[in-house]
Amino acid sequence: MSVLRIDAVGPATSVQDGGRFGFLRYGLSSAGAMDRTAHETANALVDNAPQAPILEIGPFPARFAAEGGPVRVALAGAARAADIGNRRVALGESFVLAPGEVLNLGAARGGVFSYLGIAGGIAGTPMFGSFSVHARADLGSPLPRPLAAGDRLEVATADANAGDWRLVLPPQDPSPIRVVLGPQDDWFGDEAVAQFLAAEWQVSPASDRMGYRLLGPQIAAARGHNIVSDGIALGQIQVPGDGQPLVLMADRGTTGGYPKIAAIVSADLGRFAQTPAGTHVRFAALPIDEAQRIARLWRQKLVALPLARETVARPLPTSEALLGANLAGAAVNALDPQHWTHNE
Amino acid sequence: MALPAGFRIRPCGDAALTVEFGDTVDPDLNARVLGLDADVAAAKLAGVIETIPTYRALFVQYDPVAADFASLAQTLRRIAETAKPHAASGRCWRIPVVYGGEMGFDLEDVARAHNMSPSEIAERHQAATYRIYMIGFTPGFAYLGGLDPAIATPRRAAPRAVTPPGAIMIGGVQACVQCQAAPSGWHVLGRTPMRNFLPSREPMFLMAPGDNVRFHAIDAREWSALERDAARGLPVAELAPA
Repeated sequence: MSVLRIDAVGPATSVQDGGRFGFLRYGLSSAGAMDRTAHETANALVDNAPQAPILEIGPFPARFAAEGGPVRVALAGAARAADIGNRRVALGESFVLAPGEVLNLGAARGGVFSYLGIAGGIAGTPMFGSFSVHARADLGSPLPRPLAAGDRLEVATADANAGDWRLVLPPQDPSPIRVVLGPQDDWFGDEAVAQFLAAEWQVSPASDRMGYRLLGPQIAAARGHNIVSDGIALGQIQVPGDGQPLVLMADRGTTGGYPKIAAIVSADLGRFAQTPAGTHVRFAALPIDEAQRIARLWRQKLVALPLARETVARPLPTSEALLGANLAGAAVNALDPQHWTHNE
Repeated sequence: MALPAGFRIRPCGDAALTVEFGDTVDPDLNARVLGLDADVAAAKLAGVIETIPTYRALFVQYDPVAADFASLAQTLRRIAETAKPHAASGRCWRIPVVYGGEMGFDLEDVARAHNMSPSEIAERHQAATYRIYMIGFTPGFAYLGGLDPAIATPRRAAPRAVTPPGAIMIGGVQACVQCQAAPSGWHVLGRTPMRNFLPSREPMFLMAPGDNVRFHAIDAREWSALERDAARGLPVAELAPA
């Protein structure tokens, strides 16, 4: 085992996996990675199962260090500067953090959450089938809370014989976020629905893993803003009495009494979650059958992520470096990328 | 059994749907929701992941790769036509409550709003037998119907950012047992040491929709002993036949 030490971290950084299912009926929402595409991408880069637990890193700068052994990691999701000392590391490419090395991450640029995949995963005992931190419910593993400086996670030691992988990350997509109207769109009336779809919405800073608040024109529900409470889906958009929509996210309440005008399609949830506070989004409505066709295409793409990977060719070591390694007395495989990656 | 006039099935995005039996709080509609919920569970439909029975609708989470909306909706309608309304569970939870004071900081305001004394509000709150319509919002939060209409009180104009764990609240004609601290516009009449949700306990959740609830007042001095027992995993609330 190696240790990944958390040296610095803002709020909103936690261990997440694919989420916790089967407890909606008891008031416990799924939690899980806010951007599933980025989560599965980072896991593919380190050869993990698609929904393996991972670090979801909030928008602030962060610093991590390896202890006790090398750790193979990969970053995906929100872009940010990343380096190990004076060596820059790229998103979308796995690399090894040697014991004592520190990975510095700048603030997220044009996104919210970055994902740090850890080859071999994080040690912990799933709580009700999942590692995902659900802060309000005091659940999560190995810690039932967001990460803080000083935390130490036991992680797998990097396999010296495994190679590194690269994936071409898709460019940012500025097109409207796609939604399916309902179930209470009729509660609002056609005019309010048209207004909702025409408006440019600003993501409020009062947004978190529970929900994203949107600022824009007041959307008035013709039949009022109180319904008999019913179930709430991931990505559903409710409109309380102040007319400002709230998009319900992974740590949402499972039921609520405000009418819901629409829900974001699964394929666009991650893209929406990556919208920084202060920036704008628009919505476009799709019929349900079209939304489900898109959901299936998106899932095929996720399944195919491992097939899209390229191996990373590391530069061959120089004869001086080989000599130095041999002098150090270690039996070195010159083609072992894990050994050489830190001598570039 | 004929479906009620308000019956409809609507998408909740591309991976969930809602089967609505109507749009009112009504024990008959709720019994039909619970009946459908049981039959859907027994049918083990391809693609269905989990469900939430609520007051008047069944929320169904499903995998759009394994089931499409149109055919799943058709299947659910067929099941709803033949599902028997759920019979009451016959279980009744007797829940201890410290009313008023620090534990029930809205009791006096509610009393003033109705021109009653705080103790009359507490007595009326204890006189009713409530039905658990659903569990939701936060882990273990039980939504109750059956509040004495004479003490029904509209929600606070300004919701509180936090109400305590175990809060016994009323909002409009609804009543509840809250388990975890949460924001709320409901009125806090008292507090119970009972924990409907305790992750370290088996079972993790105690109460279910269709169960009944009655409240009984305890002295503030009894609080700490019961609180200790509840933290250790004891139910604290007594379970009796309805």
